[in-house]
Amino acid sequence: MSDDTENHGIPAPEGASDVIETEYSVGQDNIETQIGPFGLDIHNPVFMISGLAIVVFVFYTLALPEQAGSVFSWLFDTVTKSFDWFFLSAANIFVLFCLLLIVTPVGSVRLGGAEARPDYGYIGWFAMLFAAGMGIGLMFYGVSEPLTHFGTSLGGVTVGENGVRTDWAPLGGAEGDVIAAERLGFAATIFHWGLHPWAIYAVVALALALFSYNKGLPLTIRSAFYPILGERVWGWWGHVIDVLAVFATLFGLATSLGFGATQANAGLNELFGVPIGSTTQVLLISGITAIALVSVLRGLDGGVKVLSEINMGLAFLLLLFVLLVGPTLATLTGFVDYLGAYLQHLPALSNPVGREDLNFEQGWTSFYWAWWISWSPFVGMFIARVSRGRTVREFIVCVLLIPSLVCILWMSVFGGVAVDQVVSDGYTAAQDAPLELKLFKMLAELPLAGITSIIGIVLVIVFFVTSSDSGSLVIDTITAGGKVDAPVPQRVFWCIFEGAVAIVLLLSAGGLASLQSMVISTGLPFTIVLLVMCVAIWRGLMAERRS
Amino acid sequence: MFRHIMAPVDLAHAGRIEAALKTTGELARHYGARVTYVAVHGSEPGSVAHTPEEFASKLGAFAAAEAERHGIETAAHDVVSHDPAVDLDDKLLAAADEIGADLIAMASHVPGLADHLWPSNGGKIARHAKVSTFIIRGL
Repeated sequence: MSDDTENHGIPAPEGASDVIETEYSVGQDNIETQIGPFGLDIHNPVFMISGLAIVVFVFYTLALPEQAGSVFSWLFDTVTKSFDWFFLSAANIFVLFCLLLIVTPVGSVRLGGAEARPDYGYIGWFAMLFAAGMGIGLMFYGVSEPLTHFGTSLGGVTVGENGVRTDWAPLGGAEGDVIAAERLGFAATIFHWGLHPWAIYAVVALALALFSYNKGLPLTIRSAFYPILGERVWGWWGHVIDVLAVFATLFGLATSLGFGATQANAGLNELFGVPIGSTTQVLLISGITAIALVSVLRGLDGGVKVLSEINMGLAFLLLLFVLLVGPTLATLTGFVDYLGAYLQHLPALSNPVGREDLNFEQGWTSFYWAWWISWSPFVGMFIARVSRGRTVREFIVCVLLIPSLVCILWMSVFGGVAVDQVVSDGYTAAQDAPLELKLFKMLAELPLAGITSIIGIVLVIVFFVTSSDSGSLVIDTITAGGKVDAPVPQRVFWCIFEGAVAIVLLLSAGGLASLQSMVISTGLPFTIVLLVMCVAIWRGLMAERRS
Repeated sequence: MFRHIMAPVDLAHAGRIEAALKTTGELARHYGARVTYVAVHGSEPGSVAHTPEEFASKLGAFAAAEAERHGIETAAHDVVSHDPAVDLDDKLLAAADEIGADLIAMASHVPGLADHLWPSNGGKIARHAKVSTFIIRGL
């Protein structure tokens, strides 16, 4: 017993894996009932409160659009501008914490106990965590972000009358110096898509996997708080944490589905002349939701995994194609060069205090960190679900280092070709195009543009389908108190609900934007949640057997 | 006539399938058949067990208790699934092949309108199993 008190209630290791002794059993607060023909198995407070709160927020946004818009944008501005130092410092801590786990002996702890074997092979596992993590973002920002940062860096520093910088260049910019602007632009892009976001996901995923597979607690966000809150975690503290996670996940998915539909519509208009309008966008959301429903009904292995593998294959082919038909050698040297530039600028870019490039630091970095963190309950939970049987070291290498490298390669190839089109050929169509068209404008300059653009659209749609499907899976697990075998109609409900919220917000003026600001604002409370998770992970790992 | 009966069970709701368990026990005694209790579960902690190992040992204990109760020979076979809610039927069908059962005896509810849209587990097993299937309506 002395070990128990010394270790905050976590028993010392005796067997292959030691579960935490708690009076709570998974599903004890659940209600099992029959509504019409469908069986339900839901965690009552979490399911009801999150469902009702979502409806209330949607109605509020619809009923008082202007008020909601100003409230949420004020909240968003306050969060990203006043707490920029907090987001930057916390994200640095997450990266250092993950790197520390790789090199310390706790890295050999196996998720699921010493005897556990991985649930998935490397390819399926990697495809799933990548598709959930950022697949869709890479499609939209792979071309756009390097171009933007390259442009602002080249423009250099401009100072307003009050002595505050008005430019959006990262750090000190690189006025007039094309090579230096390219390096700085790519370093800034890679900074936002490399180690930091993946460390955020890794912390959440590792906390959930550890406390679920090794400690026997339900697979839900609150379990990671057991070492801190003890038995209170099963009460209102836990309900609040889980509701917040459901809330961020559903609104995050619904708003990005809404925006995604607008973007896909623009792409289809450009390529095939499909009319732009709410009818097309509603049809797109309905179509994506319908395909996601088929995937939901096929389950994790038959649905999400298959789609993720198809997408990874297609994305790889597109990457290879752009690499080969573009300036191959320059792109490959660029990859190495940009990686070096990233490491060189990393200390300055991640510095949380005393920054002069406030527009860049608050408008880009702080925004991105809040954004990744508000997605982390969803992505982290999904990664945890598919990562049983890996050692902590293997987990961090595969969730932090490899995805970071892949993102760097992706950005170097897509962004590199786009920047080269501007610098070498003077082709500025991609640079001038709106966000949703940049990828297609870049592809238009390469051979076989018709085929590659269609692949691009398919990738965008399938990435949305996998998000919608895996999001439904995650929300259902949280609202079922951590049960993974709750009746499938519940997952169907969340999938349709998410599509419906997206459609309602799409049809209201400004609804999507204002709710997206609110979602990103949830990044602030979740940053605190993530910091607590680091402490919990460390305590939990110290009490595990190392193999 | 039957030598090996597969009895799919849901340990979280063992009380609800009593009619099926009793019938299975009687069938086994009548034919002198062996019963293998099969359960499909995820590797995540659930209401029955914290770990897959604990689940397997609970299923083993359940099978032993049924052997005692009905005076029959029993075994336990647990199947770990990545997504038990969706994969249940396919895993059960595969388990029937794997253990070489010649009869499946399982509980199911009385079909209603919803079964046209969402077939019951028992319904799907009966439709696809290669061996005889005995559905015991108890719910």
